[in-house]
Amino acid sequence: MNWRSARAVFEHEMARFFRTIWQSLASPVLSTVLYFVVFGAAIGGRIQAVEGVAYGAFIVPGLMMLTVLQQSVANASFGIYFPKFAGTIYEILVAPTGWIEVTLGFVGAAAAKAVMIALVILLTSFWFTGVHIAHPFWMLAFLLLTAIAFSLLGFIIGLWAKNFEQLQIVPMMVITPLVFLGGAFYSASMLPPFWEGVAKLNPVLYLISGFRWSFFGFADVPVGLSLAAVALMILVCMGAIRWIFLTGWRLRE
Amino acid sequence: MRPIIDIDQVSKRYGSGTVALNHVSLQIEEGEILALLGPNGAGKTTLISIICGLVVPTDGTVRVGGHDIRKDWRAARKLIGLVPQEIALEPFEKVIDCVRFTRGLYGEPPDDAYIEQLLRSLALWDKREAKTRELSGGMKRRVLIAKALSHRPKVLFLDEPTAGVDVALRREMWQVVRALRAEGVTIILTTHYLEEAEDMADRIGVINRGELLLVKSKNELMGEFGKKHLTVSLYEPLATLPAELAGRGLTLSADGRELGYAYDTRAERTGIAHLLAELAERGIAVRDVSTKQSSLEEIFMSLVEEETA
Repeated sequence: MNWRSARAVFEHEMARFFRTIWQSLASPVLSTVLYFVVFGAAIGGRIQAVEGVAYGAFIVPGLMMLTVLQQSVANASFGIYFPKFAGTIYEILVAPTGWIEVTLGFVGAAAAKAVMIALVILLTSFWFTGVHIAHPFWMLAFLLLTAIAFSLLGFIIGLWAKNFEQLQIVPMMVITPLVFLGGAFYSASMLPPFWEGVAKLNPVLYLISGFRWSFFGFADVPVGLSLAAVALMILVCMGAIRWIFLTGWRLRE
Repeated sequence: MRPIIDIDQVSKRYGSGTVALNHVSLQIEEGEILALLGPNGAGKTTLISIICGLVVPTDGTVRVGGHDIRKDWRAARKLIGLVPQEIALEPFEKVIDCVRFTRGLYGEPPDDAYIEQLLRSLALWDKREAKTRELSGGMKRRVLIAKALSHRPKVLFLDEPTAGVDVALRREMWQVVRALRAEGVTIILTTHYLEEAEDMADRIGVINRGELLLVKSKNELMGEFGKKHLTVSLYEPLATLPAELAGRGLTLSADGRELGYAYDTRAERTGIAHLLAELAERGIAVRDVSTKQSSLEEIFMSLVEEETA
């Protein structure tokens, strides 16, 4: 293991984040504020409390998850796609550094950024609604694991993408619908039985459900299942990344 | 002495069937400057890319400092620095950060004193806080060299260091290379300028169509191929070559209007002055004189002809 090399990649990626810190924070915070104004204040007042939690507070975990998923995928996919685009990827490929170090650096940085932004959103939400976190440790654990899982997915997308369009298409066409249909703004139990069954095929539902449990103590699916879903996703993605680096697919000729 | 790079029967065939390299073997000694000469698409970059780990060879083995580049890749790669052909830098990154990053990638601890020395030696110290996109083409190329040297490699690859670069910058690049050689760094550079190879290298390898046609010391190669051809146009055609001028390697064209003379540019006496004086003495009026150096292309042609003969 070449730890210094993983650290170099991590710091290099974080430096990029801090160079544009205000843009990085402004856009997710602004969209969260809009969600609170529309769903929390304007519409939320007319929506019944869900399992005893005011609707404005109920959507906080969903909004944080929405942001974490989008940010993780965007950060990690851009992080590795940009050197491919700029041509600087060569130095990573010729360095005495293996796939684990490279992945740790890029994915670690992408996940760290996503978690930081999610926490800023949590702070923002305190302005709008009283949020009580039942299990703070598990809240952070779910946040971190989800950020890692989706950063790994983003990393694969960045490795696969051959142009900026491809880089955008997966987050737009796959991630966003999955989050919206994964119960960011409602509980799966609010759906008719058939659609509840369909919703449970959506892996993101397990993440949001587990995360919401850490806030309010109730969930659509058992918490253990949520944890297993994140762990499975991490393992599958790691396997895919290992395969990409060892075969050199889209990296080496 | 064990060569620092030992390339043994390396081949690269692409899926499309293209053979980029065909059983290339080459030993590179520590401390030498080797120029790989060849036209575009000859396989120079493929060979470098294989040694550095960017391209996976179909056959053959490469050892760098005794380490197999596939089995013992970490140890092999630590010894190598690569300056790619294309300028590739993160546009918004500062020069010094860029160089520190590469050092970190190679697993080396931070060493600001060395980075300073490196940037000073490449005349980049004053630009250390500049973003790479603000630099001129020549400076960008020097940043790439600084990155490649940031972990103190023993072998430096320069892929077409002077491609698309003006004369002043080309000279500057040559100075950099000479200074590195003086420090004991082994340098392998690719070029398609004969002049460049002649000026810089200890040995020259000629590659064409994936084959290493020859590797010779510069002196040997220039001795064989570095000849110039003098053409003397005459006012009055000659029926035959005057007896006094025979035995000097002179040729007379079919129409008798042109005398040809091949000479070695590096010989102490080229014999040109003598020849012209003798023509004047014999009253043979000279209309025009022109010289031509054997071009790289001609060297290739003669090498390829030799091969097929």
